[in-house]
Amino acid sequence: MIDRFSTAGRPAGRGPRTRSLDLAPMRSDPVVQVQALVKRYGTKTAVNGLDLAAGPGITAVLGPNGAGKTTTVETCEGYRKPDSGTVRVLGLDPIREAAALRPRIGVMLQSGGVYSGARADEMLRHVAQLHARPLDVDALIERLGLGSCGRTTYRRLSGGQQQRLALAMAVVGRPEMVFLDEPTAGLDPQARRATWDLVRDLRTDGVSAILTTHHMDEAEQLADDVAIIDAGRVIAQGSPEELCRGGAENTLRFSGRPALDIGSLLKALPPDCTAAELTPGAYRVGGKVNPQLLATVTSWCAQHGVMPEKISVERHTLEDVFLELTGKELRS
Amino acid sequence: MTTAGTYTPKPGAAPLSRMIAAQAVLETKMLLRNGEQLLLTVVIPTLLLVLFSSVDVVDTGEGEAVDFLAPGILALAVMSTAFTGQAIATGFERRYGVLKRLAISPLPRWGLMAAKTLSVLVTEILQVFLLTVIAFALGWSPGGNPLAVLLLLLLGTAAFSGLGLLMAGTLKAEATLAAANLVFLLLLVGGGVVVPLDKFPDAAQDVLGLLPISALSDGLRDVLQHGAGMPWGNLGILAVWGVVGLAAAARFFRWE
Repeated sequence: MIDRFSTAGRPAGRGPRTRSLDLAPMRSDPVVQVQALVKRYGTKTAVNGLDLAAGPGITAVLGPNGAGKTTTVETCEGYRKPDSGTVRVLGLDPIREAAALRPRIGVMLQSGGVYSGARADEMLRHVAQLHARPLDVDALIERLGLGSCGRTTYRRLSGGQQQRLALAMAVVGRPEMVFLDEPTAGLDPQARRATWDLVRDLRTDGVSAILTTHHMDEAEQLADDVAIIDAGRVIAQGSPEELCRGGAENTLRFSGRPALDIGSLLKALPPDCTAAELTPGAYRVGGKVNPQLLATVTSWCAQHGVMPEKISVERHTLEDVFLELTGKELRS
Repeated sequence: MTTAGTYTPKPGAAPLSRMIAAQAVLETKMLLRNGEQLLLTVVIPTLLLVLFSSVDVVDTGEGEAVDFLAPGILALAVMSTAFTGQAIATGFERRYGVLKRLAISPLPRWGLMAAKTLSVLVTEILQVFLLTVIAFALGWSPGGNPLAVLLLLLLGTAAFSGLGLLMAGTLKAEATLAAANLVFLLLLVGGGVVVPLDKFPDAAQDVLGLLPISALSDGLRDVLQHGAGMPWGNLGILAVWGVVGLAAAARFFRWE
């Protein structure tokens, strides 16, 4: 039993965030504000009334393929014109105020974006030249391990090298915020960690990021805030901890003798809990798992002369939350 | 390893002139590094000029063959860079997301187009220099008004650029590659470059004469070979192609 409505349809920025807003009234305005965004391609609705308030900090946008992640991000970048709704990035309209916005953001495309005959350092130096106060290109090349590309042209670089070059191009202009579209797709673990380190350093230095990803661990590692998108809407948003805690029910398992009286156990439990005997002698209690719940279950066991063995509490990962909310595997 | 504050935001666009210059330099480098492009813009015009001037393949009419051929080859050089080369390069830039990526950089779209134009002009200067030197070595003796030549080359560049960008911005990259090469070949044969237009039937001549390549080669020939003043008719044809082509490109060009 999953309560799909516990977080579904929650307006962006409400719920757990409202509290932090009260505690910190000086909190800055969101860097990205999307309201009631609708975007259609022909008869297909890609984004369907999406609300999202993001940052400052790192916001991960998660969703199965076709959920509307890329359309949403590309609308923020000014590539797509909304059919309705409003989009503001750093307070600016990405299309009408594009000239003012472009120098302030960095964009990492999912693929491509480089002349096939250009060398990595040549392209990076070129993008740096388009900005007023770019990063030290040599240091950035060193940092991302692009020095080994040497005189190789873009089309002959490995996928990982192309990926890191795209990341470097997004940050070299010293932007206030970056859009990273699946920044570690196809990277080996070492390169992946290097990318994560760079994103963390950006955050420390005050750069905000919108990050789309298929990797739950990436969102858990990097994001201050996670927005889960499905069927063109944000269905849940919060910090990774909040989503894992409040977004989905957690599970308590124990073993005992078969055919315990589930009805009696349910009566002892708080009203929103579930209980079931999965296989003879294996029991599962679902609900807000906290010390009180654990005490309730063990005292019920004591009353009924049951020795609960192999008692365990499972904290849900973002992956579980995602699966429960969308009913889909991430990399479907 | 990294000092804190390395990435502290300091956004800003570079001065426009620096951005356009940087873009033009990169575009030119990419072109000169590309073997197929060099074949088209340098090797083929040079070979045609040398071959047809020294071997009597086509009847070029009165006078030295090179005096007939050099203006046509200059027109071909303009077409190869402004139309064929630009269409193919831009088509693949569009296909590989280069245009998409640059569209979000501080360089405005018109700035990118200005840089492309500069890069085409720089390439044409190199071509004209090389071909002129070779033509002189082959005994070329041009006459006429240099200003008229310059005007013809510029309007020809505008006309071919518009058509090339229109193709690159609307067709798939592979289709652009095929079509741009085919058009190059057809216009090379039917545009008065190496084959005089009067070898064609009268009715065909009227139509072929309206092509931008014919207007350019014919105009250049009028001036350089026959010492004409301003070839207004041909300049007019090129201007119309330029306006129509660039307007259509501006209207229909898709960046992705």
